[in-house]
Amino acid sequence: MARMTMREAISKALWEEMERDENVFIQGEEVGVWGGTYAVTKGFLDRFGEKRVRDTPIAEAAIVGSAIGAALVGLRPVAELMTINFAFAAMDHIVNEAPKLHYMFGGQFKLPLVIRAVSGGGRQLAATHSQTPDAIFAHFPGLKVVSPGTPADAKGLLKSAIRSDDPVLFIENATLYQAKGEVPEDEDYLEPIGKSKIQREGEDVTIVAYSKTVQLAMEAADMLAEDGIEAEIVDLRSLRPLDMEPVIESFKRTNRAVVAEEGWRGYGVGSEVSARIYELAFDYVDAPVKRVAQAEVPLPYNQRLEQLAIVQTEDIYNAAKEVIYG
Amino acid sequence: MEKSEHLNLYQEMVVIRRIEERAAELYQKGKIGGFLHLYIGQEAVSVGIGSIRQPQDRLITAYRDHGWAISAGIDPKYVMAELLGKVDGTSQGKGGSMHMADTELNFWGGHAVVGAHIPIAAGMALGDVYQGNDDAVTICMFGDGATNIGFFHEGLNLSKVWNLPVLWVCENNQYGMGTSVERASAVSEIRQKAEGYGMPNNRIEGMNVMTVREETSKVLEEVRNGGGPYLLEIVTYRFRGHSMGDPERYREKDEVKKWEDEDPIGVFRNYLLEEEIASEEELDEQDEEAEVIVDEAVDFAESSPDPDDEALFEHIYAEPTPVEYRGYAMAQESEEK
Repeated sequence: MARMTMREAISKALWEEMERDENVFIQGEEVGVWGGTYAVTKGFLDRFGEKRVRDTPIAEAAIVGSAIGAALVGLRPVAELMTINFAFAAMDHIVNEAPKLHYMFGGQFKLPLVIRAVSGGGRQLAATHSQTPDAIFAHFPGLKVVSPGTPADAKGLLKSAIRSDDPVLFIENATLYQAKGEVPEDEDYLEPIGKSKIQREGEDVTIVAYSKTVQLAMEAADMLAEDGIEAEIVDLRSLRPLDMEPVIESFKRTNRAVVAEEGWRGYGVGSEVSARIYELAFDYVDAPVKRVAQAEVPLPYNQRLEQLAIVQTEDIYNAAKEVIYG
Repeated sequence: MEKSEHLNLYQEMVVIRRIEERAAELYQKGKIGGFLHLYIGQEAVSVGIGSIRQPQDRLITAYRDHGWAISAGIDPKYVMAELLGKVDGTSQGKGGSMHMADTELNFWGGHAVVGAHIPIAAGMALGDVYQGNDDAVTICMFGDGATNIGFFHEGLNLSKVWNLPVLWVCENNQYGMGTSVERASAVSEIRQKAEGYGMPNNRIEGMNVMTVREETSKVLEEVRNGGGPYLLEIVTYRFRGHSMGDPERYREKDEVKKWEDEDPIGVFRNYLLEEEIASEEELDEQDEEAEVIVDEAVDFAESSPDPDDEALFEHIYAEPTPVEYRGYAMAQESEEK
């Protein structure tokens, strides 16, 4: 184990996979000379050269579309989108091409493709650069959508994504890059895609979270513990496939749940998870499932207003109290 | 060129024509669903290019793809089976008219979102460069309508910036659905769009299979020899509507008639007779053989079974992955049993 930041864990996963397999390469805006907008690929160009660290024009459809083409003919591209907000410029390729080609051509086409994108608000970038639209992408069968909440999972899941023969959208969170944790150093450390994970055990309330809200839920759980409440945190880690088993297993013990996401509530991850809880464990429900999410507004620039809109630790803490005490 | 090769080109054009005519009938009978875009009138393009493509050359096209599937080497019976949605179809009945492919023949579809396959084609060429397949060219077909969408411009720009071995071929049949080139494109010669990317280009006539072969062959070798991407515009015409439900309000019957006088099959037939390459009898024989091939294709397709119910959940992913909401239960079944 080594203690490192999320940024280092992601960078290490990429580096190790590029060392391991010559067919792995990265392309995107400023991944090379610049070293990555978020410095994830710093030093990569010197080590791997221009062939495998490819700066692209600012043209998202070309970035993702050409990565699909390269994947079809046997490579393992990692296409980086500077932020997930720019994924909309490549929407057709992300949701209407990559997830369809294997199925639509009767299994002939394989797409070992990873699209990395940075999600999340809270950095005063205003409405078009601050979204957490993860749930939109999780709507499409054929795409895998992964979003880790800890450095260890980031490393293990990104390595699995790169080794996967399916298209994976790997969503990172900008405000988590500095989050620290213990990370296995094994070069073959893999976390399975499509498996939720208990990040903290507890018997009083189930908090379902992923990505940034895992970190917030950990803080909220510490606060709840001071009140004598033991929260169990289930980290979804991937939104599609969605592994409900640990959620249901936990809920059947606690009978109470909060689902926390950074994105909007309407048609969101919390909507899906809470619906499934009702479908699969209705007899165990002691209180209505609470959804914690950001305010239904385009995010504002003003720092105070933005913080008012996005999910805070206290929101999760308060929601847990509500499902426990009504 | 050998006589047998001439006859093969002729027969392939006739097979495509008859397959499309039968497809139209089967569509009217309700045996083919969805959209059906016929290739009738454009046969010289796919047959010409298909005949000079090397096995290592990757071919990718848009939704008007039946002719391309046959010219890529797919047996017409698998094309017809796909049209009927049968398990023996090119895509096991899951793609339909617009999505035919055979990766073993290096034919990569059949793509139905206008222009979306253009950046994908650039990536395939990148894959060849990356893997050191120095003599491979990606031949990417698209219609005139596709040259007005962003995908086209992003794809062409990237191919030039990275000097990728792509032969971009615009099959200009002069209408994007019902909108003429003049009404949709700022320049009426599509080839001019390559100028903005510093890319060599040319515009040729597309109703004569020999012209298509000769002109395309030259530029294909240019790209193969490291010349970088090239945009070739081939001017052609579709005799039928855009798809089966087309009222054709956008063009005069006289215009269609004028182009029908240049029917690529008639043009080539006359050429073979005038040059005394083949006799009337020999060509009639080819017509009859084509009829047999098409009859057999239809029989094969009609007797091929539908995919079974299980196929619904197959091929969502390449790797064993739980299927969501299967039977409205917590599905843990693997799709690859």
